[in-house]
Order: sequence, then C-alpha cells, then structure tokens
Amino acid sequence: MSDTTHSGPVLAADGTPLKRSLARALRMQKLRALMLIAPLLLFILLTFILPVADMLYRSVDNRIVENTLPRTVEALEEWDASLNQLPDEAVYAALAADLKEAAEAKVHTRVGKRLNYENPGISSVFRKSGRKVRKWDMDADAPFKEKLIDIDEGWADIELWRTIKTYSAPRTAGYFLNAVDLKLGADGVEVRPENERIYNTLLIRTMRMSLIITFSCILLGYPVAWLLANLPTSKANLLLILVLLPFWTSLLVRTSAWKILLQQQGVINDTLVWIGLVDDANRLVLINNELGTIIAMTHILLPFMILPMYSVMQTINPSYLRAAKSLGATNWTAFWRVYFPQSVPGIGAGSILVFILAVGYYITPALVGGTKGTFISNLIAYHISTSGNWGLGAALGAILLAVVLILYWVYDKIVGIDNVKLG
Amino acid sequence: MSALPPYATTGQRIWYYSFRVICGLIFFFLIAPIVVIIPLSFNAQDFFTFTPEMLRLDPEGFSLKHYRNFFGDSSWQSAMWNSLKIAPMATLVSVTFGTLAAIGLSQPHVPFRRAIMAVLISPMIVPLIISAAGMYFFYSRIGLQGTYLGVVLAHAALGIPFVIITVTATLVGFDRSLTRAAANMGADPVTTFFRVQMPLILPGVISGGLFAFITSFDEVVVVLFVGSASQKTLPWQMFIGLREQISPTILAVATILVAISIALLTTVELLRRRSERLRGMSPS
Repeated sequence: MSDTTHSGPVLAADGTPLKRSLARALRMQKLRALMLIAPLLLFILLTFILPVADMLYRSVDNRIVENTLPRTVEALEEWDASLNQLPDEAVYAALAADLKEAAEAKVHTRVGKRLNYENPGISSVFRKSGRKVRKWDMDADAPFKEKLIDIDEGWADIELWRTIKTYSAPRTAGYFLNAVDLKLGADGVEVRPENERIYNTLLIRTMRMSLIITFSCILLGYPVAWLLANLPTSKANLLLILVLLPFWTSLLVRTSAWKILLQQQGVINDTLVWIGLVDDANRLVLINNELGTIIAMTHILLPFMILPMYSVMQTINPSYLRAAKSLGATNWTAFWRVYFPQSVPGIGAGSILVFILAVGYYITPALVGGTKGTFISNLIAYHISTSGNWGLGAALGAILLAVVLILYWVYDKIVGIDNVKLG
Repeated sequence: MSALPPYATTGQRIWYYSFRVICGLIFFFLIAPIVVIIPLSFNAQDFFTFTPEMLRLDPEGFSLKHYRNFFGDSSWQSAMWNSLKIAPMATLVSVTFGTLAAIGLSQPHVPFRRAIMAVLISPMIVPLIISAAGMYFFYSRIGLQGTYLGVVLAHAALGIPFVIITVTATLVGFDRSLTRAAANMGADPVTTFFRVQMPLILPGVISGGLFAFITSFDEVVVVLFVGSASQKTLPWQMFIGLREQISPTILAVATILVAISIALLTTVELLRRRSERLRGMSPS
C-alpha cells in the first residue's frame, strides 16, 4: 500500500527508474539491430564502396609527377611561367637528376605518358631522354641545359615546361576538365582544340539516347500496364508472365537475340523482303548504329517500366473513371483529367529506374551499337582496359556516377527505396 | 479493361479492339525475340535465319547439332562449370549476410535506417562499369584480381540488394509477437530464429537467393574485369562469341538459358504465393 503513496519516479522490478530502464531496453534493441546489420555493411564497404571510392580518387590523383620528378617540381617553383624564358640551369640539373633516377627505376615513360595526356608529344621526349640520361654522371657531365636540348628539341619548348609546372600538384582537376573537353593551360581553363573534343559529344549522346529509350518505354509500357491493371486478376497474372519472362531472361540471351534478328540477313529483314516491303538489294541497316541500340535496350528495359506502372495503376479506383464519364466527360477527358494524373507516380518511378539503368549500360551498346551507338560506359571501359588513361576513365566514371546518384536520390525521395519491388 | 458494354458505339468498338491489337503487338515485341531463338537453335544449317526446309517443317531442316557443339566443346564446357562454381558460392554469401541484415533492418528501432538501406541497395544502382573498374583496381591491389574468391566476393556484393529487397518485403507482414511468444516459452534467440522465424520467411529468402543466383549467373561486366581466363563464365564466353565470330552454338546456349529462366521464374512465382499464404495475405 505504501507504494501508491510513494511520490518518487516509477521503478522497474530491479529498482532502477522505469524511464531509464526503458531507455536501456531501447538502446539494447537498437544495438541488436545494428549488430545484425553490421556484417553486411562491413562486407559491402570492403567489397564495393571502398573499391568505387578508390577508383574515384584516381580522377584527381596526380602524385605521379611529384613522386617521379621531385627535384624538378621544387626547382620549377621559382620559375615564372608567364615570362617567355626557358628555366635556368638549376632546373635542367634537377630534371637530369630526376630523369636518371626515374630511368634507372624504369618509370620515366610513365610520367611522360601522364603529361602526354595534357600536351601530346611529351611522351616521346621523356622516352628518348630517359634512355640517354641514364648513362650520365651527375657531377662530370654538368651543365645539362645544352645537352638535354641536344637530345630533344622539346626541352627548349616553353609550353612543355608550362605543362610540367601546371601539372606538378599532387591533385589535379585536369582529368575532369579533359572529360568535358577542356584543359588547364598556363593561364587557366581553356577549350581543347576541335579535333580532341569527343567526350561532350558522347555524354550528350548517352543522355539523349537514354531519354529516347525512356520515352519509348513509357509509350510501350503505359498501354500494357493499363491493360494489366484493368483485366481480371487471373487473366492479368497470365499476361504478367509475358512481362516477367523477358525480365528473368539472361541479358546476353536477349542481346544475342536482337543481334541475330536485326542482321541484314536476319529474320526481320527476311520477313520484310518476303512481304515485299523492302527490296532484297537494299535491306535495312538495323544494327551497329543508334537504332539498333535503342530497339534492343527498349526491349531489355521495358519490364522495369511496366512493373512500377502496373503496381501504381492497380491502386487507382476504376469508379473514378466511371464517375467522370457519368458527369459528362468524354472518354479522352476522363482519361486525361482523371486517370492519367493518378498514374503519374508510376510513370515517374518507372522512368527514373529505366533512365538510371540505361545511362550506365555497357553490354548491349558494345554488342549492337557499332561505333555510332556506344555509350559513355563503353569509353570508360576503353580507358580502363585498353588506353591505360585511368585518371580520365575515373573522371568520366565520376561524372556518370554523379548523374546516377542524383537520380537515385530523387527516386528515394519520391518512391522510397524500400518500395522497390521485384517481380 | 472491362468487357465492352452492349450499347457501345462503333467508335468505341473500334477503339476497344484496336487498343487490344496495340497491346498484343507490344506483348509480341516483348516475347518474340526470346521465343524466336528457340526454333532457330535446332537449325541444321549454320544460319541465323529460318531455312526453307524449316519453314516446310521438314525434319531434314532440324538437328541437335548446335547442342552437340555446346556439350562437346571444351571452352563452352569449362565456361559452364565456372558459372556453376561461382554463382552458388556468391549466392550463399549474399543470402547469409543479406538475410541477417534484412532481419536487423526490419526491427522497429533502427538508427540511420534510410542511409543504411541506401548503401546496401547501391550495388544495384551504381553502373556496372564503375563497380567493375573500381573492383578491378582495388582487388588487384590486395591480390584478389583474377582469383575465384575475388569473383565470388564481387558477385556476392552485386546480389545483396536483391536479397535485401525480397527478404525485407517478406518481413513486412511478419508477426513479431511470434518471436516474443517463442522467447516467452524459453527459446533462446538462435532457436527462435531457426524454428520460428526462418520457416516463415523461407520463401522470401529462397526467392532472394534465386535473384542473387541469376545476377551472378548472368553477370559479365564485373567478371570481365575482376576475373582472369581461368574464371571465364558462360556469359563471358557468350560475350566474346557475340563480339568476334558469332557462332550458331550461341543459339543453343541461349535456349538452355531461357529454359533455366523459365524454371526460376516459375519457382519464384510459386514461392511468392506460398509466402503470401503463410503470412495470411490473399495471393494476388
């Protein structure tokens, strides 16, 4: 009885105040949840997030110049690039020492290659000089200015020195500027010469084609989603299989199917010739161009458009349409003013998903795109695996990733990633 | 679309039927490319189109020769075995970690839930070429590039979002009082998990696993970068075949893969219905 008159805080069974006891229980619960998540989070961080972050850092990483030519970089600090004068003997001596060391470690061609991205021609200057400088003696062979210029005229070019000075910092925006067809000159950012501008074109083409693909998916997906949402469940489920089967079929199977169908001697052209729509002599070119990529990718991404549209349309009450019609709306008005606005979330969800997937596609454009239908991903792959210009590949990747992450964020805001449904 | 009312005008009738025709054509567009390669794979000639014999349904025009090529060719066979070695391991890793995390994520109080979810789903969203390039550099640095383990880890990471999505979806309808009841009767958390929770969410876990499996089984970009020649998988071999000399054996492989996807799709559909029944929801 005395408990009821007790005016202190409510106590739990073990004597601690109830409030603190509850807070502790909640904390334990949170901790337990986090403990369950922690292994996976760690796994994803190590196998996925860290590798991607590491690659992105390559897009600004420029330590190679400072590490290979430390003395030159230091000596060049004194030199004023805006005066039209070659650096003095001290700089050439520093360069000779750096080059000798680099050539002995066989890394002089690497820094040459790096600087060559910014100023074509430097690579050969480094390769040629490295070979000779290697045999020099740092005390007996001084002074070096004349001798270096003797080996290669390039060392008498002020532009070359300006490039080295501009790109001597440990981090650079150079790759990013390169990725948007700009470059860092001695006096700031400038536009690259006409013949070196390819990346903007490709970025714009990737965006444009992804938009076309998204729109064709909306166009083809909307009627199908509408039909599925308005049929009786048993029939809709049967038709849904026709949507889900492509979704489950291997991407390479679908791409090879298109490659085979769209060939000039393929089934589609054969049929058109047989009907008489197309003359046998000038069969349609449907592959290895933009059209081929658009057809194949629309087919591949269409289920990603239909499924979110369908799940939104299922929730739209059909009696709204009937109500609109009974109030005198024509079929079109009822659809456009009543049904369509309610289906917009589905279109939005599907479009963002399709666009995100389309913009980063690699396999299909590589196989059916030829040279005209390739995407930015194909160029990234080229720089990573073939050209060896990893920094540029990373910078292009960072731009692509930024586009995708912004859309991912938008998707999360309007749809919520918890609401992604599969099948 | 409800059936056409008897009082429909001619215009409405025309629209009703033309709409169905349009939808039929779109379904045809969706399914025809996949269906068409199946008869083509039985072609007796090395052509990628129907021969006159095939159109006459002459048995002469059909043969299993491309299938014999597939099963007799050592590079296709080793590619198939590599795929079969990599995909189940990757699935096992993603299902184990993924299910635990999904259970953690569906607890009522999880700090930073949205942010954690965003990180865990990201392998599905980040363009594959970026993941592939990142893994290539990072894995070569720690000596995993070109190893079986490296490919398995990479594929496991790619499969995890699918496991998370399907298992959390299953857990949405999970009645938490069941685990409390089990605990109340003296079961420890491990017993509760295996005897009470797991049987109920098993359909979701299996379909998540199937998604993870097909992701790995179908994946080519990452394996191109992370793997070496001794991890050449079936999609990799197909990719090479399509890019260089395209051989009709690909048709046979494609048909086999379509059969596999039909089997997986059926399993997932059946599991989904079963899971909805288990959770007392009416199957849709």
